[in-house]
Amino acid sequence: MKIEKKDVEYIAELARLEVSEYEKEMFTEQLSHILNYVKVLEELNTEDISPTFHVFPIKNVFRSDQVKESLSREEVLKNAPGQEKGFFKVPRVIE
Amino acid sequence: MDKYEVVIGLEVHLELRTETKIFCPCPTTFGDEPNTHVCPVCLGLPGVLPVLNKRALEFAVLTGLALNCDINSHSKFDRKNYFYPDLPKAYQISQYDFPVAKQGHLSMQTNGETRVIGINRVHLEEDAGKLIHSEDGLYSLVDYNRTGVPLVEIVSEPDIRSAEEARVFLEALKRILLYTRVSDCKMEEGSLRCDANISIRLKGETELGTKTELKNMNSFKAVQKGLEFEVERQIERLERGERIIQETLRWDEGSAETISMRSKEEAHDYRYFPEPDLVPMEIGTQIVEEVKKRLPELPQEKKERFVIQYGLPEYDAEVLTSTREMADFFEDCVKGFPEPKIVSNWVMGEMSRHMNAAGLDFCNNKVLPEHLVEMLEMLQQGRISGKMAKDIFAEMFSSGKKAEQVVAEKGLEQISDQGVLEGIVEEVIKNNPGPVADYRAKKKKALGYLVGQAMKATRGSANPQMVNAILRDKLK
Repeated sequence: MKIEKKDVEYIAELARLEVSEYEKEMFTEQLSHILNYVKVLEELNTEDISPTFHVFPIKNVFRSDQVKESLSREEVLKNAPGQEKGFFKVPRVIE
Repeated sequence: MDKYEVVIGLEVHLELRTETKIFCPCPTTFGDEPNTHVCPVCLGLPGVLPVLNKRALEFAVLTGLALNCDINSHSKFDRKNYFYPDLPKAYQISQYDFPVAKQGHLSMQTNGETRVIGINRVHLEEDAGKLIHSEDGLYSLVDYNRTGVPLVEIVSEPDIRSAEEARVFLEALKRILLYTRVSDCKMEEGSLRCDANISIRLKGETELGTKTELKNMNSFKAVQKGLEFEVERQIERLERGERIIQETLRWDEGSAETISMRSKEEAHDYRYFPEPDLVPMEIGTQIVEEVKKRLPELPQEKKERFVIQYGLPEYDAEVLTSTREMADFFEDCVKGFPEPKIVSNWVMGEMSRHMNAAGLDFCNNKVLPEHLVEMLEMLQQGRISGKMAKDIFAEMFSSGKKAEQVVAEKGLEQISDQGVLEGIVEEVIKNNPGPVADYRAKKKKALGYLVGQAMKATRGSANPQMVNAILRDKLK
């Protein structure tokens, strides 16, 4: 699979990253390399192998539905760039 | 118009009634002070690990079973990536390709016809926070209390064929969900929310038309109205030879129209990938069997059983099974007073009327099944009249007193004692020589007057049938 510059621009846009022209060229090349490297795996026959969704062979880790204390609001908002009346204050967002 | 077919699919988000959030032990209580039910996990602080609330999974399985779904024995969580400040992690933990349940259906009655609507999937995810936009529009405020509240998303197949059918589907779905008690299903508190996908095609066409997505409908009526508007709008466009633009629309209740939310051209690309912080779930037969035990008799079966077992009219059975609480109340009453139709009349009539007026329901009103049974027994024994019963019931409803007590306090008991009534009747005869003479002169109407006098003398508590009989006897 060949990565093109517009793919890098699209991914950067989705990730809200500002990328310079120089970086765009660089990432285009690097991402192509990575994909080509991983492509080697496609040569393997995986027909009878179930996909791995998690690296640990563990399943069904649950907690019981019991309330524990939350953080104090003071602590919650401690690192907030902005706050008002107990809310986080963020730049205007309209979807 | 007749040549077109409407195609609607619904997505319902349902907040599950767990004590704690889906991946952390913060409480799920609604309506508290902002940002008081949050912790490092639901705030998405670095280095934390979410752990699945077992009850949330069980509720999702229960929802799936109630909607006749297959439970996926292998299920997992995925990250849905997008930036919006109601989501502190910049991704939502949801399920992509292995939802908890899939391929179910819901049967419903509409226009005297049974319709079966496919359920595509039921999956678990976390709710997002709540945004409040400042009035000057310069900033937004975020409350993360709701972040991480467990949700199931129920996705229907595009089997719905009209706006009205969409409403009926939602009502049927809500009834089932309330029966399972996985959610309180309060649209006004946002614990049940609905989005709709809608497209139009020519009848007989098998390809789907271009769809629009409709959001922000705050009641089932609004869903119906929004969809009706959208059906018309789309058909008008097609009639003019224009194309439908795929977009997300907001239903505006005030202006009663759908308004484009002007989402960016680039369609949502959520870049789902398996959630590495949560291990997969194996929903084996043990979990499924356990949950099955908690699956109650659902409205449709219960309704059919009520018709057969209690010989009730279809209509009564439908109303009585509209909620599990009402059905239970009815059945508890019938156990003590085995006259199903009489009980049904009272539960659907007086009981419901008083509850509606007081804004109460079967969970919080003061009349218990045994109270109604006691009153119905008094009525059957003739100790109280039908009219008295209504007054007594009103008092029972408002005060929580039992019928016996109300009767004693108000001296309401019906006088059915032959001796006592004879005395009263004799008095009436003595005091009303005119009407008595009229009656004897074959003016039958006079009897009614005399009965009325006896009732008046006893402030309505004499047994009118007995008074009538005694009067006829004495005036022979």
